[in-house]
Amino acid sequence: MLCLLFFMFSNNRNAWLLLSPTILILIIVGLVPFFYVLYVGFFKWNPLAVDPSMQFEGFGFNYRRLIFDDVFLASIWRSIKFSVVTLFFELSLGFILALSLLSSFPLKSFFRGVHTLPLVIAPIVVGSIFKLFTVQGLGPLPHLLKDYFGYTLNYGLNADQAFWMIVIMDIWHWTPFVTLTLLAGLSALPQDPYESAKIDGANNFQIFTYITIPMMVPVLIVVIFIRLMDSLKIVDEVWMLTGGGPGYATRFTGIHIWKEVFEKRYYGLGSAMSILYLYITIVICWLLYSVMVSRGKNED
Amino acid sequence: MKIKKLLGKIGSTIIWTILTIITLFPIYWMILVSTRTPVELFGKPNLYPTFFEKIHWKNFTKPFIDGIYADYLFNSIIVATSNAVLVTILALMATYALSRYKLPGSESIFFWTMTNRMAPPAAFMLPLFLLFSTVFKFGDFTLFDTKIGLILLYCVFNLPFAIWLLKGIIDGIPKELDEAMVVDGANLFTIFWKLIIPLAAPGIAVTSLLSFLFAWNEYLLASTLTSVYARTIPTGLSEFVTTTGTNWGTMAAVALVSMIPALIFLFLVQRYIVAGLTFGAVKG
Repeated sequence: MLCLLFFMFSNNRNAWLLLSPTILILIIVGLVPFFYVLYVGFFKWNPLAVDPSMQFEGFGFNYRRLIFDDVFLASIWRSIKFSVVTLFFELSLGFILALSLLSSFPLKSFFRGVHTLPLVIAPIVVGSIFKLFTVQGLGPLPHLLKDYFGYTLNYGLNADQAFWMIVIMDIWHWTPFVTLTLLAGLSALPQDPYESAKIDGANNFQIFTYITIPMMVPVLIVVIFIRLMDSLKIVDEVWMLTGGGPGYATRFTGIHIWKEVFEKRYYGLGSAMSILYLYITIVICWLLYSVMVSRGKNED
Repeated sequence: MKIKKLLGKIGSTIIWTILTIITLFPIYWMILVSTRTPVELFGKPNLYPTFFEKIHWKNFTKPFIDGIYADYLFNSIIVATSNAVLVTILALMATYALSRYKLPGSESIFFWTMTNRMAPPAAFMLPLFLLFSTVFKFGDFTLFDTKIGLILLYCVFNLPFAIWLLKGIIDGIPKELDEAMVVDGANLFTIFWKLIIPLAAPGIAVTSLLSFLFAWNEYLLASTLTSVYARTIPTGLSEFVTTTGTNWGTMAAVALVSMIPALIFLFLVQRYIVAGLTFGAVKG
């Protein structure tokens, strides 16, 4: 606030006046919660316990517990595994589809329009759609798989099926984003290198690996950055489809925190988890962001 | 060469037809479920489009007329609209400041707003829950379970997004135009009203529509920070999971209704959606 007051009287007064509501709101709903959760993370606090008050159990007590908390560490590992797996599939599928959209074929804009549809659907609705589609007893997918392939799909019981069901759902939901972004990037590429390469007699594969991929790196980094950031946060769809089960099979970090905080009421431990989760996400994103920014600067 | 091209065209069309079926089939099934009675849903799934013959309207009337879901829908509309308006106005002001003035630390402010968008909401639900229900108190009024609380809260992810998107647009308006207006004696308000808003109108429209969409789609924070009075439609949708013996027809109907804004926006902002979702880093 002092800082703000000081600048009120300097010549950038108008700028700070224009910025102040944004900064104020982001402080209230962004910065204050962050420091609050940092603070709560140092206490043992369970409002349902015999002693419902906050107790100080030594510096970093909760964090020391978390280091040996297998379930929490497994949930982080699961989230990272999920992000990498979905990223791999979405990126490769999206790249192929984007390349195919560069040439013209009948009904292209219709196909593209339908492909955009999943992007705007809420995650929770995507979860519902997949629940209706794949749940035992109602959904057509288990029936079709059973009748034509003799494969039993019951992700309520099978842990691997549950995990891969979430992966498939995420691919269904977010491949269009990758496709459209890469398509935008591909259409903006300069044509000269392609022409020179063709004159020099390069084949399609060489053109792809030596021209398309290197020129697409900035767009690819943006896509990877946004997809990783969002898939590390995944909660809604999973909550709707499997509720984190069966067992711990789809308990991603967000869901794990939810269960610890709102079912078991481990406020202190949950805060420490939130901080670690935040830290891991920010570190991964920050690394990619700095790569993104430094590449952008090199180009200028 | 010609044959190769023709084969490529046929191949692309076939692949895209299959993809379109994969995309639309689950949605088609949801529509089917929403038009059927529980008895009709029992047993082997019938994929025949029965909604041309008869629709079980009770799936829609039960939650939205007899039930509480009309309130949820109303809350969603209020929260998403107010949030979109608030975010657009604030972001326009903030972006103008970041774009036109040389501020000490404007890069850091920019990055800080960005981290708000990167942070996973699950990490913030506990502190926000505690702050909203116990700390942010004004007499009897707490932010917990109020629409105001949600409207302010959604600024966390919508404001950074809107600032990112608008920055590219406002940077594109030449500074000389503002300076010319200042020389003519215009104040800041006139500059906004007569210059920035008309020139950036398409960008502003896209920003507010996408902000509306994100606020409409948000689930996790809405479900932890509301209990009765401010519940939005996504939280209502999730309530179907916990009840025993889910009424699938009603659930499909609610999901279908909550998809409507998304479908409308698809037609309005399809061209800008790539720029929107990549914060303008990739032009669509």
